[in-house]
This record gives sequence, structure tokens and C-alpha cells, in this order.
Amino acid sequence: MNHWIIVPVLLPAVTAALIVLAMRSDIELARVFSVAANALLLPVAGALLWAASTGDPQVYFLGNWPAPFGIVLVLDRLSALMVGLTAAMSLMVQLYAMGSGWDARGRHFHALWQFQLMGVNGAFLTGDAFNLFVFFEILLIASYGLMIHAGGGARVRAGVQYVAYNLLGSTLFLFALATLYGVTGTLNIADMAGRVAELPEGDAALLRVGAVLLLLVFAVKGALVPLQFWLPATYARAPGPVAALFAIMTKVGAYAVIRFYTLVFPPDTPATGGLYADLILPAALATLAIGMIGVLGAATVGRLAAFAAVGSMGTLFLAVAPATPQATAAALYYLVHSTLAGALLFLVADLVIARRGSGTLAEVRPPLAQGGMIAALWFAAGIATAGMPPLSGFLGKLLVLDALAGRPDTGLLWAAILVTSLIAIVGFARAGSTLFWKAHEGGAAPEALPPVRALPVVAAVALIGMIALQTVLAGPIMDWLAATAEQVHDGSAYVAANRLTYGED
Amino acid sequence: MELLVATGIGAMTASGVYLVLRRRAFPVILGLAMLTYAVNMFIFASGRLSVDMPPVLMPDAPGYADPLPQALVLTAIVISFGMTAVVVMMALGTFLETDDDRIDEDGDAPGTGAEDGR
Repeated sequence: MNHWIIVPVLLPAVTAALIVLAMRSDIELARVFSVAANALLLPVAGALLWAASTGDPQVYFLGNWPAPFGIVLVLDRLSALMVGLTAAMSLMVQLYAMGSGWDARGRHFHALWQFQLMGVNGAFLTGDAFNLFVFFEILLIASYGLMIHAGGGARVRAGVQYVAYNLLGSTLFLFALATLYGVTGTLNIADMAGRVAELPEGDAALLRVGAVLLLLVFAVKGALVPLQFWLPATYARAPGPVAALFAIMTKVGAYAVIRFYTLVFPPDTPATGGLYADLILPAALATLAIGMIGVLGAATVGRLAAFAAVGSMGTLFLAVAPATPQATAAALYYLVHSTLAGALLFLVADLVIARRGSGTLAEVRPPLAQGGMIAALWFAAGIATAGMPPLSGFLGKLLVLDALAGRPDTGLLWAAILVTSLIAIVGFARAGSTLFWKAHEGGAAPEALPPVRALPVVAAVALIGMIALQTVLAGPIMDWLAATAEQVHDGSAYVAANRLTYGED
Repeated sequence: MELLVATGIGAMTASGVYLVLRRRAFPVILGLAMLTYAVNMFIFASGRLSVDMPPVLMPDAPGYADPLPQALVLTAIVISFGMTAVVVMMALGTFLETDDDRIDEDGDAPGTGAEDGR
């Protein structure tokens, strides 16, 4: 048994507890430990990625209880990819949080951050449906704390909405799990896949109810229309780096959809069939349209970034819906890209707000001090998010378009993706010209502010660097992702790794 | 017994949903609590209803009650209790800071609630 599989869960958990107990009043010490733990996650995630891509999926039996009786963690290519992405992105965003001083504006920032990482990593690694719920709750409860970090009436108010909405989502999750348990009699995901495939005709209706309830839960997490209402207000009000970290949270929803609806309810399941694709596809189209129109119409920089996050989830789910290996590979490429680009956009938006004093796009303000550099970052973030060349957003959208080719509704889907991309470009151009160009019209000189500290800019540039790397290495990455998608859709290796035993032995 | 449990869960869910839709902090919290009670009962029922059965396999018992949902309910109760505590604290914080306990999007409309311009 490979004990490294549980490290991405244990390391943040132990670090968080240490920070709460021993360093709650010493921010410098907390910073050192938090960054060190996050930096340690990177090589661990790298080793797991290596192990996953060179061999079959591996299972960690907690307490050495055999599946399906005990809880298992499963490391396959998909979960390793998600853990690696989380570690890399979170480290950069954490550097930004320290450089910009956000982490010192309230208490327990780093502890909550580590708990959040624990929940996210656990959700990616777990092979047990109820355990997935528990990790969802861990990442949510940490996100509640992070969301209202630094306080303020408007933020706490948005936080209450966020919490209430997600508590409803959690309740729905429990209803879905209980229904599925009632029908299949198991919670182990691999075991559930086998049971669902052999389900008697009479239980099909209940199973469909469970499957759709579960889809609703993941749609809440993934901000799929019509369950996206919580996202713009929450992400726009959350502290900049926290909103950037939340870029991975919507992807948890997408990951769960990919995992469950390829393994447990694949399109050839007699009871559910292509049911979920019929639901996801129109919802994804609407998400894409609402997100990108939101980018064009946003009244503040924060809301613009939040709607861009909604729109990118639309593109992502468009690629998830066909449930073919090629489309899933494209979806994964776009998922990695949109996580990095989303985080970058929130960081740059935060830089703009900090320099400008306000994120409103309704009025023209004097030029920003050091506006040139921030405008360049904004430009890069806009290009990445809208999907223009040369960054990987363009390649990602191209791959998605390619994956959607040859369907009866290709024309509609292509038109939707291309038109919304144009709307997003116009939206970013409009915001950029209000922020950076029109500011010079009044002839006012920039306010004399101390220069931006180096660390936040380094963090943002590093994110751009990762996006550029993803662009340059697109060929090898796509080969790897194609193999990943094959593994995800095949599922037999995942099930075999669980070594399901029912007998007395 | 099935009818009683099912109507009980249904009534609690319905009142929970109704209260959540009230959009003021106190009814919303009560509604969430009501929904968690309903879902706890629901999980419990997912292991099938049985009377006077031991939760373990015993040679002299005619059957057994599924012990797993009972463990799941325990987890769900602990989590929902913690979450309710969090939402109560946050709602209280909002009420004290903004003097308002509405839970809706109105305050976020462009140009009205953008105090800090985010």
C-alpha cells in the first residue's frame, strides 16, 4: 500500500492544527509553516502524478479495511492531476495573499487555508461517496471562514447567502446519497458502479432520482445554471486571493461530475442512459451565455471576474456533457487552464481594486499608479480568460470545439462558444479601457502611491508562466490527458484497484 | 410505520423549504435546521425500517437492522450541527453590522450596495 496517497490530506490537516494551536497570534510563523506545507505538497503531488501515470490506479485502504467495507482513497491519473493542480495554484495564490497583506487583515487565515486544501485534496482522492460528502463539508466550512476573512458588513452579508445556499446543497447531497444507498446498498464508488450496472428494472426510477439529485448537488458546486446564483455575489465580495483559491472549488463540482457520470452512471447504463448529458448540455449553454454576458454587463471588477468564472464553467461543462474520451480530454485541458486563468483574473482584479481604491466600472477614476504594469497583467488575464491566442485558453476552446464536431447540434454549440467568446472579449476590452485608458482623459496625474510590492506581482506572473507552459507543452499534455480520459472512461482499472471482496475470507 | 415516517419526512422537508424561502435570517436558519432533521430521518430510513432488530448479525435474531445508515446519520448530525452554529454566528454578525437580516441579492444590485466598490 502506497502511504503517500494520504499525504495530501494529512499534511494540510496537521499543519492547520499546528497553526491554530501554536501560531495563532504569530502571523510570520504561520506564514512560514503554511507556505512550507504548501511547497511540500508540490513534490508529493508530483510523485503521485508520476506514480499514477506510470502504473495502474492505486488504492489506499484506510485502517486496512477491505473495500467496500472500509473507506478508500483512490489515486488515478485524474485525481493525481487535480491534486497537482491544486497544490501549484494554491502556492502562488498564497504567496499573493502574503505579499498583499490580505492574510494579516483577520485571524486564522492560514489555518483555514490549510483546512481548505485538505478538503479539496480529500474530495479529489476519495473513492467513497459519503466520504466525498464529508470532504465537501470540510472544504465548505473552511471556505465560509475564508469568505468572510477581514469582515465588513457587505462581505459577511454575502457570506450568509453563500452559507445558506451551500447548506441547502449539502442537504440535497445527503438526500442523494441516502437514495443511492437505499437502491444500491453501498457507498464505495467502484462498488456502486458494479451494482448500478446490474440493477433490476424495478429500481431504475429511484436510481434516476438519486442520479439527478447528485447532479444537482454538483451543479451547485460547479455553478451550473440555474444553480449559479450564489457565485457572483460570493466571489465578488470575497477577499481577492480567497476568490482566486475558490477557482478550484467550482472545479471540484466538475471533477465530481466527470467521476460519477463516467464511472457510476456511464451513458450506457440502462437505468439512466444519456439522461445527464441531456440535462447538462442546455444548462452549460445557458451558463456560458449568462457568464459572458455578465462579463460584459458587470458593474464592478470583482463581479466581472466572478461572471468570467461562471462562463468558463459553461465551456467546461459543454465539453463534459458528450461523455466521450476525446471530449473529456478537452474538458480536462480546459479545466486546468480555466483554474489558472480564473485565479490570475481574481488576483489582477484585486491588484486593480487595491490601487484604484474602488472596483466600480461605472465611473472613470484617475489613472492608477504603476498602471502600465497592472494593465499588462489585466491584458494577459483577459486574453487567457476570453480564449484568445497565444495563451492556452485559445487552445482549450479549440479542443472543445473539435470535440463537439460531428454532432447534429454542432452548429449551435460552435456558435454559442464563438459568440460568447466575442462577448467576453468586448467585455474585457470595455472594462480595460474604463480602468486604464479613459482614466487619462481628465488629464489627472496618478495618485502618488508606494510601488506595488514585488511578491503579489511575482505570484501573478508565475500564474501567467504556468498558463504559458501549458500552451507551449500542449502536445505532450494532450497526449497525457488523452490517456487519462481513456482511463476515466474505461473505469475497469479503477474498479479492479479497489479489490472488492464480499466473502467471509 | 412506512406511512408515518414518510409523511414525517415530507412534512419536515416541506416546512423547511417554505421557511428557507422566507429570506430572513431567523426563518432561514430554522428552515435549514428543519431540512437537516428531515434528511437525517431520510438517511435512517434508507437502511430499511425494522423494529426490535439488533444492529449486528446474531445467530438467534430473525434479522438485523442495517448499522451503516446509523453511523452516517451520526456524521450528518455532527456536521449539520456545526454548520448551523456557523450560520447562526454569521447571521448574527450581519445583523449587528448592517442592522438588517434579509438574506437575498437586493443589497448586491449594481449601484446600491457596492459600498466598498468590489
